Amino acid sequence: MSAPQKTKSGPAQIDVTVSAVVPVTEFVTRFEFTRRDGTEFPPFSGGAHTVVAMQDGTRTRLNPYSLMSDPADLSTYAISVRREDDGRGGSVFMHSQVKQGDAMTLTNPVNLFSLDLRAKKHIFFAGGIGITPFLAMIGQLELTNGNWELHYASRTPENAAYADVLLAKFPTKVHVYYSSANERIPLADVLDGQPLGTQAYACGPERLIDGVRDTAIGLGWPDSNVHSEEFLAPAAGAPFEVRLCKSDKTITVGEHESLLEALEREGVDAPFLCRGGACGQCETDVVSGAGELIHCDHWLEEEEHASGKKIMPCVSRFVGELLEIDR
Amino acid sequence: MSIQFNNETFRDDYSFHNSEWAIKRFPFPFHEDSYMYSMNAEQHQGGPDGSVYEKRFDVDEHYVSEMQDRAKVLADDPLRCQSLPHMTLAGWDLLELIMVSKSEDYPDLFELHRDGNQWRWVNKPLGIDDPFTFLDDTTLPYGPMEYITRQTQGDFALLDQREENLWMDAGMITTQADWSLDFDIGMNFFEWHAPVPKANEMGIFKRALKYLINIPQGSPGRRLNWTMTVNPLLDTSPENYHKWGIQKTTLTPENIGAKQHLRVELQTFFRLPRSNALAFPIRCYLCSFQDLTTMPKWGRRLHRVIRDLPDELATYKGFIDNRPMMLDYLSKFDDGLPTSPGIFPEPETEPPLKT
Ligand code: HEM
Ligand code: FES
Repeated sequence: MSAPQKTKSGPAQIDVTVSAVVPVTEFVTRFEFTRRDGTEFPPFSGGAHTVVAMQDGTRTRLNPYSLMSDPADLSTYAISVRREDDGRGGSVFMHSQVKQGDAMTLTNPVNLFSLDLRAKKHIFFAGGIGITPFLAMIGQLELTNGNWELHYASRTPENAAYADVLLAKFPTKVHVYYSSANERIPLADVLDGQPLGTQAYACGPERLIDGVRDTAIGLGWPDSNVHSEEFLAPAAGAPFEVRLCKSDKTITVGEHESLLEALEREGVDAPFLCRGGACGQCETDVVSGAGELIHCDHWLEEEEHASGKKIMPCVSRFVGELLEIDR
Repeated sequence: MSIQFNNETFRDDYSFHNSEWAIKRFPFPFHEDSYMYSMNAEQHQGGPDGSVYEKRFDVDEHYVSEMQDRAKVLADDPLRCQSLPHMTLAGWDLLELIMVSKSEDYPDLFELHRDGNQWRWVNKPLGIDDPFTFLDDTTLPYGPMEYITRQTQGDFALLDQREENLWMDAGMITTQADWSLDFDIGMNFFEWHAPVPKANEMGIFKRALKYLINIPQGSPGRRLNWTMTVNPLLDTSPENYHKWGIQKTTLTPENIGAKQHLRVELQTFFRLPRSNALAFPIRCYLCSFQDLTTMPKWGRRLHRVIRDLPDELATYKGFIDNRPMMLDYLSKFDDGLPTSPGIFPEPETEPPLKT
C-alpha cells in the first residue's frame, strides 16, 4: 500500500546459546538459553511460548514450547521438555542431541494462553508437563501480588516436575495430587463458590482440560472465564511440486519452506504483508491441481477453501501430483 | 537539534503550517485514482529514508505544538485519557516501547538510561528529565500511559485481548476524527466499529480482527485511514462538535485551498510483551489542499478520488455538503494526464500540470 517493503518478515528470530541442560525428572529436562549477541531477551507475558528450531541433520524441526522462566529475568529464557518417545521426534532430539554450548534459534515469544488481568483471582490446573506455562504466570503474578492458586496432577512424586520447588515457596497456594496415591484434583470442590470474576486456566492432557471446562460450565461459570492452552500447528509438510503459469517455471516447495518462500527463492514476484494467513495479500488463483490443498489460513471463507480455486501461499500447502498456480 | 519545531496553534488563529519538507513526506493515502475501504495493512518495519514510515514513532516539526495542544484538551476534559485498572501493565509496556524506540531512533532528542528498574528519561524538546522506577506507578507524575502519551504525537488506544476479540480498555484520545473514548471505553472491536458504513458487509472487520489478534511481538503492522477537516484542528471530537462542526460552513471558493485539509491517520499496531495487549497508535497528519496540489500527481489524484467516492463514505466522513466546492477547486489541478502507481509524489518524474 504505502512504503516499499524491503525487510523479510516472519516471526523474528533470536540466536541463542544453550547455557544449561538440567535434568528435572526421569522424563523432563530443562534447557536454558542466553542470547548470542549478549543483550537481554525481549520481555514476555506468562503463558507465552517460543518456537525452537532444531537442526537435525539436513532437517529443521520447529517445535513450540512454553517459556517457563521468570518474566522478570530477561537474561535467560528457559523451557522444559518432556521426552515423548512416540512423538514426532523433536523432544527426543532435544534430550539426546542438545548440549550446553550449542547454538540454536528461537522465535520471539507468542502468547496464545495469556492471563486475564481483570481477574480478582486466578486458578491454575496443571497435568504433567502442562505445569510449564504456569511457572511463568506465577512469576508474573508474584511481581504484582496477584491472587492465585495451583492444582497440579502428576503420576508420582518423582515425576512431578517442579512440585518440590513450588511447594517450598508457596505452601498455601500449591496443591499437588498423585495418581499413584489415588489422588485426583477435586474439580467441583475447587471451582464451586469462587468469587465472581475468578478465571480458571488448564494445561495438560485433553482429559484434564475437558474436565475443568465441563465442571466449571456445569457450575454456572461463563465459558469465557475458562482458558486452555492451544499450540500452533507446525507449518512443515511433505515437499510438493508447483507449476507457475505466468513465470513459466516448475518449482519444488521443500518440507520446511512455505510456498511463498519457495516463490521468493525462485525470484518470482509474490505479494505478501503478514505472512501469517491473515491479511489476504498473498491470495493466489489455483489453475489446476491433481491432489489436495492443505489450507492453513484464516483469510479465505470455508466455501473458498472447498472450491479448490484459491490458495494462500504464505501458510498453505498441497499434497498430490502437481499444483498449478497463477504466478 | 535536527528538527526545527514550529511555533504554531491548532485552534483560534490556526497558525499551523507545513514546511516544504513536511509536505513532501506527507502520507498521501491514495495509491491509485480511486478509493474504497480495504484491509490495507502491511508490516511496520521501516520505510524510505525521511518518510513518515521510517521510524517506529515518527517525530516531526509539529511535535512540541501538538503536545501543547494535547495538554490544553486534557485540562478542559480529563476523560480524554482513561485506563481501566487492569490496563496499567499495558501502560508500562507502551511506555517502554516508546522510550526505547525514540531513544534509539532519535538519540539527539531523547535519552533513556536504564540500570535495572531505575530508569531516567530525558526528553530534550519538552525539557523533561525524570528519574523513575520502572513498573512502580508512584514514581511518575501520571499513570504510565498518560505520562508517555503526553510526550508522543498521535492518539493511542490500548486494547486488551480476550475471547478472540479486542477491547478498548485504555486510551489517550485528543486528536480524533469524530469518535469518543468516553463512549467507546470497554467496547469490543465490532461494537466500536458499528457506525462505519459498508465495511462490515464487505467482511473487512472480521478479517481485520483476525489480523490484529495474530500480530506477533516484534512484528508491528500499519495502515492509513483518512478524512477531511476544515481548519487545521487536531481535536475534532464529538464532545466539541458544537465548536468545530460549524466551521465546515465557513468554506468559500476563495479560502478553501488554505482552510480545507486532508487529514490522514497513520495507524500502527504493536503487540505489547508483558501484558499481551495491543497498542494502536493513531498518528494524525494534516495538509491543506493548496499545499497538497503543489505535487502534480497528488492534485490529479485527489480530484479523481473525491469525485468518485461513494456517497455513503463522503457522508460518514462528514464532507458531502462541501464536496461540490472541493471538486470545483480540485478540478483546476486535474489535466487528465495519467498518474503513476503508488502514494509517493514523484515530483522529479511526474509531468507538471498542463495549463
Ligand atoms: C485495534 C485497532 C483499531 C481501533 C482501536 C479502531 C478504532 C476505530 C474507531 C474508533 C473508528 C471510528 C468509528 C466511529 O465512527 O465511531 C474506526 C473507523 C474505521 N476503522 Fe478502525 N480501528 C482499529 C483497526 C482497524 C483496522 C485494522 C481496520 C482495517 C480495515 C479498520 C477499519 C476502519 C474503517 C474503514 C473505519 C472508517 C473510517 C473512515 O471512513 O474514516 N480499523 N476505527
Ligand atoms: S501474506 Fe498475509 S495472508 Fe498470506
